[in-house]
Amino acid sequence: MVDTAPERATRHAAHGAVAMPSATDLYNIDSLLTDDERMVRDTVKKFVAGQVLPIIGEHFEAGTFPRELIPAIAELGLLGMHLEGYGCAGLNAVCYGLACQELEFGDSGLRSFVSVQGSLAMFPIYAYGSEEQKQHWLPKMAAGEVIGCFGLTEPDAGSNPSGMQTTARKDGDTYILNGTKMWITNGGFADIAVVWAKAEDGIRGFIVERGTPGFTTSDVHHKLSLRASVTSELHFADCRVPAANMLPNVRGLRGPLSCLDEARYGIAWGVNGAARACYESALDYSKTRVQFDRPIGGFQLTQRKLADIATELIKAQLLALQLGRLKDQGLAHPVQVSVAKRNNCRQALNTAREARSILGANGITLEYPISRHMNNLESVFTYEGTDDIHTLIIGQAITGLNAFA
Amino acid sequence: MNIVVCMKETPSTTAEKSFTADMRLERRKEDAIPNPFDEYAIEEGLRQQEKNPGSTVTMLCMGPATATDTIRKALAMGGDRGVLVTDPALAGSDAISTARVLAAALTKIGYDLVIFGNAAADAYGGVVPSAVAEFLGKPLLSYASQLGIAGDKATIQRQAEIGYNVVEAPLPALVSVVKSINEPRYPSMKGIMASKKKPLDTFSLADLGLDAATVGGAAAREKALGAEKVSTQRKGEIYVGNDGAADRVVAFLVEQKVL
Repeated sequence: MVDTAPERATRHAAHGAVAMPSATDLYNIDSLLTDDERMVRDTVKKFVAGQVLPIIGEHFEAGTFPRELIPAIAELGLLGMHLEGYGCAGLNAVCYGLACQELEFGDSGLRSFVSVQGSLAMFPIYAYGSEEQKQHWLPKMAAGEVIGCFGLTEPDAGSNPSGMQTTARKDGDTYILNGTKMWITNGGFADIAVVWAKAEDGIRGFIVERGTPGFTTSDVHHKLSLRASVTSELHFADCRVPAANMLPNVRGLRGPLSCLDEARYGIAWGVNGAARACYESALDYSKTRVQFDRPIGGFQLTQRKLADIATELIKAQLLALQLGRLKDQGLAHPVQVSVAKRNNCRQALNTAREARSILGANGITLEYPISRHMNNLESVFTYEGTDDIHTLIIGQAITGLNAFA
Repeated sequence: MNIVVCMKETPSTTAEKSFTADMRLERRKEDAIPNPFDEYAIEEGLRQQEKNPGSTVTMLCMGPATATDTIRKALAMGGDRGVLVTDPALAGSDAISTARVLAAALTKIGYDLVIFGNAAADAYGGVVPSAVAEFLGKPLLSYASQLGIAGDKATIQRQAEIGYNVVEAPLPALVSVVKSINEPRYPSMKGIMASKKKPLDTFSLADLGLDAATVGGAAAREKALGAEKVSTQRKGEIYVGNDGAADRVVAFLVEQKVL
């Protein structure tokens, strides 16, 4: 639509009358959300402020996952919230993203728990499971009564999952699993593992229940990142699984990669929550911390940092939101997920570092959320496709040339 | 049992407040939330429904046409249906007009138990529950910190200086609740989805058979004369140096009964 000169003039005249937008929503991204979406966001935000923030620092320091929050998270309906039926709420992708964003405002470990349960454990059962598998597992998983994990990465197969060495040999109406899975979030306390293994006919997914003979887990200790999250190894030594536990409707790497796409989507939103936590903390600090007789927020160097942080956060939020809108129309391509995951993790990590520098020495303590987020984000930057791998995915998409191998 | 929760839309407690020339609060849709005190009334309504199977919970609100969103927020916590009374003529209503309208709406929709928060976070008048009770000629159990329904009787505990009073009234009755009565739940994701499908009726003054002259700014007998920002500057005392500063700090702590 072409506007007329008088209309333009009216808008110019009104320019000075536009109220100053809020520092935490400088681009009025709020106005791009529906009422439902805002309600989901505000609900999770309130939950995180009330239940998570008071305890998360202690858990991070102790290296424990706040399992006591699982019933409340389930009660809120956050587990598998973007799936439909089977006890799941059936909300859209943007709502799921907003929930991830608010959970990660609390801690990346908490968001990881919800991502793994919803996108990596429930999603493959939902998308590729038999009707019996769906009926049996999904309602219990949505209710938080059964916790799942996702076994794809191995000690010698990280960025290249096709190099996996875990095998599934068919023997009558069972499969015998052998191999080791590594860096498995929730692994140590999960009731079931969705495990990907090489069978005769290609890579297949299996639901393995805790307690199955030959299946053991051991937790990774001495982590300096995602400390409020359980990270484990899964061991399979002649572990016999009923053939009925195989996910019947997918074969090949497409299965696990489609799950990763779901989880990466949640990460692209989630890290914006961590970045916002760092931004808000640094902004608040800059206005109250006095040096050379004035708040440090009044110094140009600090303002440069805050302006960069605020701008990058807006860009990251818009990337995530457009990705969500595409996803809700069924139009999101995996390369778009890579763009958002890569950019938003990068920017969140940069934001955490810049924000930490505004807080000076105070920034390194658990009194403030920044260093906790910064350490967490090192993992988030790496898991679900490293920054490098997403770079190559984008590179291949725009040049048509494969630089992987 | 027919439970009705009366709820008000108020600006978020952290929102910047501004007023029109005739001292009416400017209400912006984006700042609107259910009155925080009413969350306890909503929660209590839902708990009474759980304890009394077969009961229904209706969220009743008087407010601008956009307040349907605020009612949906309450319905996301639970309950069966919403009723909004909205009419341009209602703008500027004082507490008595509001009570008149709520009483008319309650009479129209029917009730056994009506639950209120004990005040609204925007005006803090705190008289609407008793005024509605007066218009309806029904008992009000005010400032309830506990509520029990047995047969056709409602019993509350009201916190007193020493211990508490136990007060009862026959149903239908009105109850206003204080914050200690419960811990409001978060709306769940499923609740948010379900809230969209719950019926939400809108009544005008004509629907309630009320004369516009008896409500709204014209009929208001209360008049806001001014509003000022509360200064939030804290006044601290600073003791400097070795000259008895420690003793003064200790004396202060003793005085505050910290030590």
